[in-house]
Amino acid sequence: MAASTAANPAKTKPHMSQMALQEQRWGRLFVAAPFIGFCLFSAFPIVFAFVASLSNWTGTNSILNNFIGFKNYAELLTDARFWKTMGTTVIYMIGIPIGMVLGLLIATAMNRKIPGVKILRTMYYVPVISSLVAVAILWAWVFNYDYGLFNIIIKAISGGKGPNWLGDETWVKVAMIIFMTWKGLGTSIILYLSGLQNIPRDYYEAATIDGANGWQAFRNITIPLVSPVTFYLLITGIIGGFQVFVEVSVMVSNGGTNYSAATVVYYLWDKAFKSQQMGYGSAMAFILAIIIFIVTAINFYGQDKWVKTID
Amino acid sequence: MAKVSSGGVQSKGSRALDKVLFVVLSLGAVVMVFPLFYMIMCSFMTKNQILSANFSVIPNPWVNGMYTEVLHRGLFLSGIRNSLTVAIPVLVVGGFTSSLAAFSFAKLRFKGREQMFLALLATMMIPFAVVMIPQYVMFTKIGWTNSLLPLIIPGLFGNVSIIFFLRQNLSSIPNDMVDAAKIDGCSFFQIYYKVFLPMMKGALMTQIILWFMGIWNDYLAPTIFVQNQKWWTLQVVIRSFNDQYAVNSNYPLIMAASVISMLPTLLLFFFFQRYIIESMALSGVKG
Repeated sequence: MAASTAANPAKTKPHMSQMALQEQRWGRLFVAAPFIGFCLFSAFPIVFAFVASLSNWTGTNSILNNFIGFKNYAELLTDARFWKTMGTTVIYMIGIPIGMVLGLLIATAMNRKIPGVKILRTMYYVPVISSLVAVAILWAWVFNYDYGLFNIIIKAISGGKGPNWLGDETWVKVAMIIFMTWKGLGTSIILYLSGLQNIPRDYYEAATIDGANGWQAFRNITIPLVSPVTFYLLITGIIGGFQVFVEVSVMVSNGGTNYSAATVVYYLWDKAFKSQQMGYGSAMAFILAIIIFIVTAINFYGQDKWVKTID
Repeated sequence: MAKVSSGGVQSKGSRALDKVLFVVLSLGAVVMVFPLFYMIMCSFMTKNQILSANFSVIPNPWVNGMYTEVLHRGLFLSGIRNSLTVAIPVLVVGGFTSSLAAFSFAKLRFKGREQMFLALLATMMIPFAVVMIPQYVMFTKIGWTNSLLPLIIPGLFGNVSIIFFLRQNLSSIPNDMVDAAKIDGCSFFQIYYKVFLPMMKGALMTQIILWFMGIWNDYLAPTIFVQNQKWWTLQVVIRSFNDQYAVNSNYPLIMAASVISMLPTLLLFFFFQRYIIESMALSGVKG
């Protein structure tokens, strides 16, 4: 016993017992798989993407022999199509505040003791868990110019023909926003509902005693206290919004009339996998990563400032 | 529209408001599910009915021939098989590696723990679009693009959002549990397997269901990494049906294929909705 304690400090690090050392070994082993996965499928590719973005890489030629420095980035700045798709990507984000307002209103209504709330909640949530490809196919059909549900209803009501939803450069954006809002509304509702359920009832009772009406209570108690949810929805909405791809790829062909429906990720995919301009595509991907990094950083530092919590 | 219930005794006005809200919410809910309902109805219609100018929702006549046709398409069946071939090993192995790592991050002490965890968290914010080009080239170079391996292998290493979620889940359990198990002579793996795995079983199951839905519904990765039609996953297949049959307006077939492709996730959702909604709500509240 005495001998082993005397021998131990020499073999192991000074302040670590045999047991702690064991724990360290096993602890590291247990996290090894995700960590190796992180290195192989995230860290390495992201470094690789950056190096590739500095060259005229096609995916098959040599990156180093085609090194062009920051030329891809310079070219992007004057690439009208890049800015157009960036603009469209941002326009689609109009759906985020719409979804948040609708979500908060519906969740507030559901938070009252209304019969059948569970069934209603499920109905609003079903689009969220539905396959994006399948519902995009469905909505492309709903928006069909000649036979789609929307235009049939419009014709039945007004007698006139509805817009060419997916064929028109402006209407396609409206159609996409409607579709995305429909798909994501359930998430806002569920999150707001759980946020609302965390607000203590006596806050409202106190407000009523003080003579506040329903709107004032909503404005001064509900909205501030669900701000963590609002913030979360905004951030995840923006991050997701910068990555919209499937909707465009499935609902219109080749990015729509004059590329009017295409998003940044669609353009990136188009360049990298259709035109084999992988260096150029990587540059775009990297700009995207930087934007998302900035949004996340704002999230990280701004949270304390904008978000109010109950405590 | 005042929306705040004062709780306690409900006034007559408040009850009337509840009724109005119930009607409004129900109408909204009908609007939300109507497209999906319409999708199911369309899958039972004839092509003539779909292309007629009159608005009709109920199939006349009802035909289920499209389902038979879809289920006889080799491509459709291989799509289902491929999606399952991806999902099963990923969920089993990835579920194991994720929960093991979550246990270690939450309950074991080792140097570099926080740094490693942060590094993993950072991957959550890297958009797939950024890494897809290098990954594609990697998978091409090692000859995986003619198989399902690009969709399976990365998943085996675990899923960061699940690790994050389970770690949160375990943090409420006192650390004494680890020490007690150590005194009982458990190895570290036994502590995971016998003590903590049973405790996170519910949360893990929910996360695995959500992961399954993610794999089943995934489109971007399969469409980039898998070239050979033989290995197309179901989402890629129904998308190709859409391209192929929209030209001659065979929408009933497209809708039937889409309905079948949505069934597994919808069924899972209906059976486990309480857990799924709970876990979705948690992820939002915790940020």
